Amino acid sequence: MRGRLIGLLVLTLLLAGCTSGGAARDGRITLRFQSLAWQEESVQANKELVKEWNASHPDVNVEYVQGSWDSVHDQLLTSFEGGEAPDIIHDASDDLADFAYGGYLADLSDLLPARLKSGIPPHSWDTTTFGDGVYGVPFLQEPRVLIANATWLKRAAVRIPTAQHPWSWPEFRKITEQLSGNGKYGVAWPLKEPVSATLNLSLSTGGELFHRGADGKVKVRFEAADQVVPRTIHDQANTDHSASPTTLGSGGSDTLPGFFGGKYAMVPLGFSYRQQIVQQAPKGFDWQVLPAPAGADGPTQGVSPQTLSIAQDSKHKKEAAEFIDFLLRPRNMVRLALGDWMLPTGTQALKDPALRTAENGWATGTALAAQLRSAPAQSVRGYPEWKDKVATPAFQEYYSGAIGLDELRHRLENDGNLVLARYQR
Amino acid sequence: MRTRTTTRIGQYAALLAYLVFLAFPFLWLLSTAFKSPRELGSLHPTWIPRHPTLDNFRQAFDEQPLLHAALNSLLAAAGAAIVAVLVATPLAYVMARRRTGLTRAATGWVIVSQAFPLVLVIIPLFLVLKNLRLINSLAGLTLVYVVWALPFALWMLAGYVRAVPAEVEEAAAVDGAGRARTLISVVAPLLAPGIVATGLFAFVTAWNEFFFALVLLKTPEKQTLPVVLTHFIGAEGVADLGPLSAAAFLATLPSLVVFAIVQRRITGGMLTGAVKN
Repeated sequence: MRGRLIGLLVLTLLLAGCTSGGAARDGRITLRFQSLAWQEESVQANKELVKEWNASHPDVNVEYVQGSWDSVHDQLLTSFEGGEAPDIIHDASDDLADFAYGGYLADLSDLLPARLKSGIPPHSWDTTTFGDGVYGVPFLQEPRVLIANATWLKRAAVRIPTAQHPWSWPEFRKITEQLSGNGKYGVAWPLKEPVSATLNLSLSTGGELFHRGADGKVKVRFEAADQVVPRTIHDQANTDHSASPTTLGSGGSDTLPGFFGGKYAMVPLGFSYRQQIVQQAPKGFDWQVLPAPAGADGPTQGVSPQTLSIAQDSKHKKEAAEFIDFLLRPRNMVRLALGDWMLPTGTQALKDPALRTAENGWATGTALAAQLRSAPAQSVRGYPEWKDKVATPAFQEYYSGAIGLDELRHRLENDGNLVLARYQR
Repeated sequence: MRTRTTTRIGQYAALLAYLVFLAFPFLWLLSTAFKSPRELGSLHPTWIPRHPTLDNFRQAFDEQPLLHAALNSLLAAAGAAIVAVLVATPLAYVMARRRTGLTRAATGWVIVSQAFPLVLVIIPLFLVLKNLRLINSLAGLTLVYVVWALPFALWMLAGYVRAVPAEVEEAAAVDGAGRARTLISVVAPLLAPGIVATGLFAFVTAWNEFFFALVLLKTPEKQTLPVVLTHFIGAEGVADLGPLSAAAFLATLPSLVVFAIVQRRITGGMLTGAVKN
């Protein structure tokens, strides 16, 4: 009896494994769309749009496949190598360089319709342009903003910055010092990933860090403009004691309990964190969204937008491009942006009243959209290794006060350029 | 006498500390699963949720096909455990009882294979399975789990076989039992705790496994529970903590239930009294 049961289980298992979805049924084209949407509203918006497409395009069926941000790079790499990649790929622009240079993604230059090309500004297209090709459509982005305890700021009678008149970095430092004391801090920097945060914010002070020479090779130079943001954070944490030293190694979500509990007046976070704040803030907690401080170049900052790409191996690139065009029509882009609590890249979508409301800080974010630029490291080959092996530990040690600015520069430049050189031979 | 009591108290204290260390993450997970988003954002978290809610479970089931994913995990893990035990038991017997160059080489392979990192094998494995048309198939995944569990299962079972005194088999032979009868009626029952423990190991390993499932399964209806759990995690590690905890808590239950049922078999000490010294 027991033997029969085991046999039955094994047979069931084999049968279950033998059925697999085909690429085409009844002559219809089937496209696989791997989405990384994960929040309830965002998943719903994506699924609804796929459903609407399938209802209006009986010959091209789109199959929604859910991926995960956590493991997308490894999963895609294996799928590309094995020729089993999804047709339409949701990812982020800072993850595309290796796939684009590796020939895994289709060049979209001639596939996309003029409406879509002209509807997204050139500085957004820069984030997905590698060499001469365009390898993704940037469609959602988020600036880093200051989420502030409005009551605290009001009580301290500090000037409230706007997108038109943001705080300068020295003013920000002064205000956080003014807000601190008695075990409370003006700001809590969540710098678990210190490199992208520092580099992206440093664009506001004209920091570029990666300099491309006439020979096309990239070198790291940590110059005065690159040092303003790191020095501000370092001094807040180590000299002024206006930034909590305990959150320097934390993720954004980890700082929220302290923020709600009145330990920190402000937390610099990605724009989409507002959803968590709406969900978790205690009743009556008054919060507001402020622009990040600005430098000589205004409130400019770097972003790595979410992207939609097409696999080079896809047999139906034209249809996949048509689906992307449908998904990113202005009204649909707004639905996706609202679902993810992010900003659309499309100029038409950005005008939508739903994204211009003051509620939950939408208007502040929308006002910053024009200042968002391609993250400095976007197209630098070897950046992931430079970031993991050199820059992350160097910035972490600098922010904690373990090393000084000279040592930080030495590591970023000397050690860093050795890493980059290996990728540029 | 006094020293012995002190030692015993120390042992129990160490055991208690170890239990607390093991139980803490699970109990915290349980507590989080029943907390509202507002309570999760509290600066002073409590062990017992102030306003317990089932909303996280509702949301987890609404957002992700947890039951279907659990069934997939169960099929893959149970299949892997059964096949691994069926294959490993006779091999382990040979490895433990026969001392030849081949068995020594096999033992060496078992140890070396434990050192292979996942990333080293994943792409060749993917290509092999693709040629066998076993990508996006639970059978393919089960096969991988069997192969992955086999070295440790062999090593573990061989240890159990060595613990069965050869005198027991000799006694059976003296009583007229043939080789097959000895193995089935005498050795196999004595190996039962080892077989159960090995099966359990293979089951839990496969049940928790993430990376192979992520890479080898393409369509949502084939995905296993660990893969589906990652859908509650967003960019930069931001997690939908409540539903994730609720789903993760449910995912740990089968392992706990299986352990609870078979633990006596593992610790039964069936060999007690088998041989008079």
